[in-house]
Amino acid sequence: MSRYFTQDHEWVDVDGDIGTVGISEYAQSQLGDVVFVDVPEAGKTLSKGDEAAVVESVKAASDVYSPVSGTVNEGNAALTDDSSLVNSDAEAAGWFFKLTLSDPSELDSLMDEAAYAAFVEGL
Amino acid sequence: MSINQSGWRPTSPEANTGNVPASVTGNKALMLEEALIFEIGDAHSTGVDFAAPSPPRGEGRGEGKPSNAAPGTAPHPTLSPKGRGLSRLGNLSRTAPIGLPGLSEPETVRHYTRLSRQNYGIDLGFFPLGSCTMKHNPRLNEKMARLPGFSDVHPLQPVDTVQGALEVIHQLAHWLVTLTGMTSVAMSPKAGAHGELCGILAIRAALEAKGEGARKIILVPESAHGTNPATAAFAGYSVEDIPATAEGRVDTAALKARLGPDVAGVMITNPNTCGLFERDMREISDAVHAAGGFVYCDGANFNAIVGRVRPGDLGIDAMHINLHKTFSTPHGGGGPGSGPVVFSEALTPYAPLPFVENQDGQFVLVEEETAGEHHAGSFGRMVAFHGQMGMFTRALTYILSHGADGLRQVSEDAVLNANYILRSLDDTLDAPFGPSGPCMHEALFSDSGLAAGFSTIDIAKGLIDEGFHPMTMYFPLVVHGAMLVEPTETESKAALDQFIAALRSVAERAKAGDPSLKTAPHFAPRARLDETLAARKPVLVWKDPAPLAQAAE
Repeated sequence: MSRYFTQDHEWVDVDGDIGTVGISEYAQSQLGDVVFVDVPEAGKTLSKGDEAAVVESVKAASDVYSPVSGTVNEGNAALTDDSSLVNSDAEAAGWFFKLTLSDPSELDSLMDEAAYAAFVEGL
Repeated sequence: MSINQSGWRPTSPEANTGNVPASVTGNKALMLEEALIFEIGDAHSTGVDFAAPSPPRGEGRGEGKPSNAAPGTAPHPTLSPKGRGLSRLGNLSRTAPIGLPGLSEPETVRHYTRLSRQNYGIDLGFFPLGSCTMKHNPRLNEKMARLPGFSDVHPLQPVDTVQGALEVIHQLAHWLVTLTGMTSVAMSPKAGAHGELCGILAIRAALEAKGEGARKIILVPESAHGTNPATAAFAGYSVEDIPATAEGRVDTAALKARLGPDVAGVMITNPNTCGLFERDMREISDAVHAAGGFVYCDGANFNAIVGRVRPGDLGIDAMHINLHKTFSTPHGGGGPGSGPVVFSEALTPYAPLPFVENQDGQFVLVEEETAGEHHAGSFGRMVAFHGQMGMFTRALTYILSHGADGLRQVSEDAVLNANYILRSLDDTLDAPFGPSGPCMHEALFSDSGLAAGFSTIDIAKGLIDEGFHPMTMYFPLVVHGAMLVEPTETESKAALDQFIAALRSVAERAKAGDPSLKTAPHFAPRARLDETLAARKPVLVWKDPAPLAQAAE
C-alpha cells in the first residue's frame, strides 16, 4: 500500500484500486480544533480536484479536494460523532472517505511522503 | 465635652493582607454577577398587569354567533361552549404555557442595566479594531438625525413635503463627489459590501453595453479586503489572486502581466489592509483601462486619505465610501451602515436608481418612471427606497461641522496616530511592513518572536484584562498572527500612550512565555471561553433544569 499527498494537504492511501482519503497531520495542526466534518455519500462521482468534503474548525471552514478521480464507496461515519478524530489521528482513524479510483495514473502527479515533508518544510 | 457614642471610630484603613474570601453572591462590589433571565425569572411574576378578559358575552345575548350564520348551523367554532367571551384566535390559541420568564419592573430594569455594564464600546474606552474605524461619534450627529423633519419622514411621502431631506441627500452627494474627484454617486447602497456589489454591477453593465460581456475575470490582490473576491464571485465573475510584494503592496508587474481580453476589472483596496498606500494606483489604472477593464477601489479605508487624495485622480472607476467609518458613526452606530458608491464618467450612465436631482430649484427623485429621459442605461435598483436617511444626516453633519480643512486634519491625525503606535512598538513587536515607510491609518504587527506556544490570541486576551477591546486579530492573512491596530484620530496622546504601555507589557509577557497570559482574561466577567466546546456541543436553547431535579428526588 502506498501513500500519496497533494499540495492542498490531502493524503490518499491506495490498496489495489481502492483509495482512502484524509487530510495531513500538518493540515490538522494548522486548522486547530476541528468541530465539524461533512463527508461525501457513497456513490458520489468525483473528479480529481473536486470539492469532496468540508472540514470546519473554530478558525474556518475548508473544502477538502479529492486527490484522485473515482466513485465514493463510503464516508467515515465516525467523524460525524467525533470530529476530534481529525485532530488526534489525522492520517489513520481520522480518514474522510474511501473511493474506487477510475484513473490510477493520476497518482503519478502526487507527492510521496518524503516529497510532501519537504513541501511542508518550505511553507 | 459631649461624645457621640455611636461606636464608630474613624481610623486609617488597615493594610490588605491579600487573603480576601470570595463573596457569597459572586458579586465583586460594583461589578455584579447576573444570571440569565430564565434563571431569575419565573412564571408567576410580571411587571405588567392586564385586566382579565372582557366579561362574558353569552349566547343569551346572541353575540357569539356570526350574524350571517345560516339558521341551524353549528355555533361559531371560536365561541367557547359556555359563552365566556369571544376569541378571535381560532385554533391558534395557546394550549400550554410557553415558559417565558416573568420579572417585576424593577427586576427587569436591574437585569438589563447589569448586563449593560458588562458591555464595552467606544463611549467606554479605546477600541482599536483595524479596518473598522471605531472613532468617536459626535453627539451633534445624533441631535441632527433626531430632528423630526429627518427622523419622522416616510419614504413614500410626496417629494414636495420632504424637500429638506432630499436636499440633505443631494448636498451630501455633492460633498462625496467633490472629495473623491469623481463624476457621480449612488447613495442607495446600504453598507460597504453592498456598495462593492453596486460598483461591480455597474462595471458589468458597462461591459455588456460595449458588447464585452464575455470578460469574466476580476483580479483581486492579496492585500484587498476579504469581501472583494466574495463580491466578484457573487456577481458571477471568476476571481484570480494577484500576489503582494515583500513590502506589502500589489505586485504591479504581476497584475499587468495578467491583464487581457478576459479581464473585466480589478478590485483594489487603497489604502490596503496592510495599512499601506498603493503608490502604483495610477499606473495600475492606466494599464487596466488600456486592456479594456475597469478599476474598482474598496474605499473602506478612505478615512486615511480624505482631503489629501482624490481617487478620481488615480483613475478609479468606482469606489464605495463607508459613511459609517469615514464620517463617524462606527459600525453604523449598531444600526444600519451606509455605502454610497462614487463613479467615474465612464460608469456614471450605468449607476443605479433612484437618485436625487436638483431640477430648477426643486429636488426630485429620479426613479424608473422618469429615468428613461436621461438615465436609461441604469443597471437597475438595489434598494426599495433611497438609502439610509439617518446615516446621510449624520455624515453630512460630520462633514459640515468639520469643514474641508477639518476633514483634511482628520486624515492627517488618523495617520499620525497610527504611525505613533507603529513606531512606539516596533522595538517590542515585529512590524513586517515597518520598513515599507509610513503606514496609513492602521499599524500592523505579526506574532513573530513570541515564546513557543504563544499566539496573537493570547495578547488579545491579555489586552482585555488591561481594559481595552482587542485589535483585529489574524487579519490580513498575508501576515502570520496579524495584529491590526487602528487608533483613529479621535484618541488623545494620553490614551495612545496608555494603550502602548499596555500592549508593550502584554507583548513582553508573551515573548517571555508568561503562563498566566494563556489563561487571560482574568478580570473580565468571564474567563477565556472554550470555543471548541461551544462549536462542537453548542447550547442554543436554555432548558429548565427543574424537571431533572424532580426526577432525582
